[in-house]
Amino acid sequence: MTEKVIALNHLVKKFGKNTILRNVNLTIYPGQIMGLIGPSGAGKTTIIKTMLGMEKADDGEALVFGEKMPNRQLLSRIGYMAQADALYTDLTGKENLEFFAKMKGIKKSQIEEEIKHQSEIVDLTDYLDQRVSTYSGGMMRRLSLAIALLGKPELLILDEPTVGIDPALRRQVWQELDRISKEGRAVLVTTHVMDEAESTDVVALILDGKIMASDTPAHLKEQYEVKTIEDVFLKAEGKL
Amino acid sequence: MRVWAIMQRLFKELLRDKRTLALILGGPVIVLVLLNVLFSVNMTTHVRIAAVDVKQELRESLDDVKHISVTEYSSKKEAKKDITKDKTDTIIKQDDNHFNVTYANTDSSKTNAVKQALRSVLIKEQVKGLAKSNGQLVKQLKQLTQSLPPEVKGQLPTQNSSSNKQSAQKTKISNHYWYGDSDTGFFDKIVPIILSFFVFLFVFLISGLALLKERTSGTLDRLLATPVKRSNIVFGYMASYGLLAILQTLIIIFVAVWLLKVEIVGNIWSVLFINILVALVALAFGILLSTFAESEFQMIQFIPLIIVPQLLFSGLIPLDSMPNWAQVFAGIMPLKYAGDAQASIILYGKSITTEGLNIAVLLLFLVVLTIINVVGLKRYRKV
Repeated sequence: MTEKVIALNHLVKKFGKNTILRNVNLTIYPGQIMGLIGPSGAGKTTIIKTMLGMEKADDGEALVFGEKMPNRQLLSRIGYMAQADALYTDLTGKENLEFFAKMKGIKKSQIEEEIKHQSEIVDLTDYLDQRVSTYSGGMMRRLSLAIALLGKPELLILDEPTVGIDPALRRQVWQELDRISKEGRAVLVTTHVMDEAESTDVVALILDGKIMASDTPAHLKEQYEVKTIEDVFLKAEGKL
Repeated sequence: MRVWAIMQRLFKELLRDKRTLALILGGPVIVLVLLNVLFSVNMTTHVRIAAVDVKQELRESLDDVKHISVTEYSSKKEAKKDITKDKTDTIIKQDDNHFNVTYANTDSSKTNAVKQALRSVLIKEQVKGLAKSNGQLVKQLKQLTQSLPPEVKGQLPTQNSSSNKQSAQKTKISNHYWYGDSDTGFFDKIVPIILSFFVFLFVFLISGLALLKERTSGTLDRLLATPVKRSNIVFGYMASYGLLAILQTLIIIFVAVWLLKVEIVGNIWSVLFINILVALVALAFGILLSTFAESEFQMIQFIPLIIVPQLLFSGLIPLDSMPNWAQVFAGIMPLKYAGDAQASIILYGKSITTEGLNIAVLLLFLVVLTIINVVGLKRYRKV
């Protein structure tokens, strides 16, 4: 746990007069699953966008794999899954996977194998030749996840990956995330589902553009003297 | 490699969107055929001729021509009055062998019909007249040769042929036009502009909408979360829509030339080249403006704002008669340069090398807009 996968140092981000992030510090180590929780509009998506180099910090720095973002080349080592499914619905599942594999710069000889492997994980092997427009909501989410998993990225950034999918699949997704972290790869997950936050290694609580607390779920509950992460969340917001 | 993959993807999506594809490839054909029906020679048109001082014989043979009716007028003044009231389409005044023809020319098909009829009738009359005068001459000659002394006989054939020549040369037609000029053939004139306009309109809209959809569905973010270069995305779009423009242009040219019999005097490959350039400019325009649109609906709102002025200032209506400010305004319309170049090639058969300036301006549009687009994608990713 020496090399930091992500290190956000005193990050400040403004949009016009609105300050979205005020002095955010966050560190993720290899093999860690970090849960980013906070109310809507707290700045979760902005943090993710800054990590990906879609936004540039107004102050402070965002380091990924020890290098300053924005950096285009680093993106090949990051898997990203957005809130929206972001799929080409006129293409088949396989064509979607192929396209993003090429965009990620995966070698041609490995693409076929990668697609096979990732579609097995998300249980879509039988549906690969169907157009995405015929997929159910859950299938689209799974395909979206498979795309993020392409190329075995060392860092996986998932923005609310389990919204709108059934409990069985949700468990499956988390099992996969656990497996990934055991391989020494880091995962950053934003979520609204509090019992999901329980199964992360570190929970970062973000409120009003600031990290209120960042610790293991157990420590957080101790610190706030409550029984669940949900209560931690509510207490931090001042509603409990 | 990535450009190729993006192009492939866009093309696949296009091919699967059957309705859009049908619109792109079938739409222009339908409109072109409709325009042709509206503006082209209509064989059943009835043309009215006002004849002033025209010999009875000629009048009758003109009247015998299909779809033409001749009315005799006592003076040209009276006939002119009727032409303004749309009671007649053409005035023919004869002064011996000189025909003074005034066409209303509000309908070029009628003008052409009269021109053809008059020419053929005059030739017929001439042949008839020659035969007649020849017959008379032969008769006279016979009488003369009998009465003349043998030493004069040798001169006769020369006289005969010279009188023949005189009557053939004397017939002269001078054309006048109440409206427009001899070039007024509307459909033929608009074909070059329509050709470029369709490509511009469809590529502008569809590429703009495609990128907009990519933005709103989140695939653009996902795409930019990979190490793809911003320029790769723009070039991928260019490659696929350039190909689409080639396809569309080929169909339009095919329909125009083989179905509607429009004459393309110049080189078809030059026409194709200009249209690909137009498509690329339209694409760059579409991508640029799609960044200003929040929804498909807003993208459509650019049609009256961007597309319609382009069409109006593209040369459809002669620009030299417009006030100065309007001509300057026309100068910023890419379609004007495309229309100019296409007209020179299609109508006048000029070589593409004479269109260097128009091509250079289009290229300038293309390069500037492309750079703006590549830089503009920075809004969505900072590198």
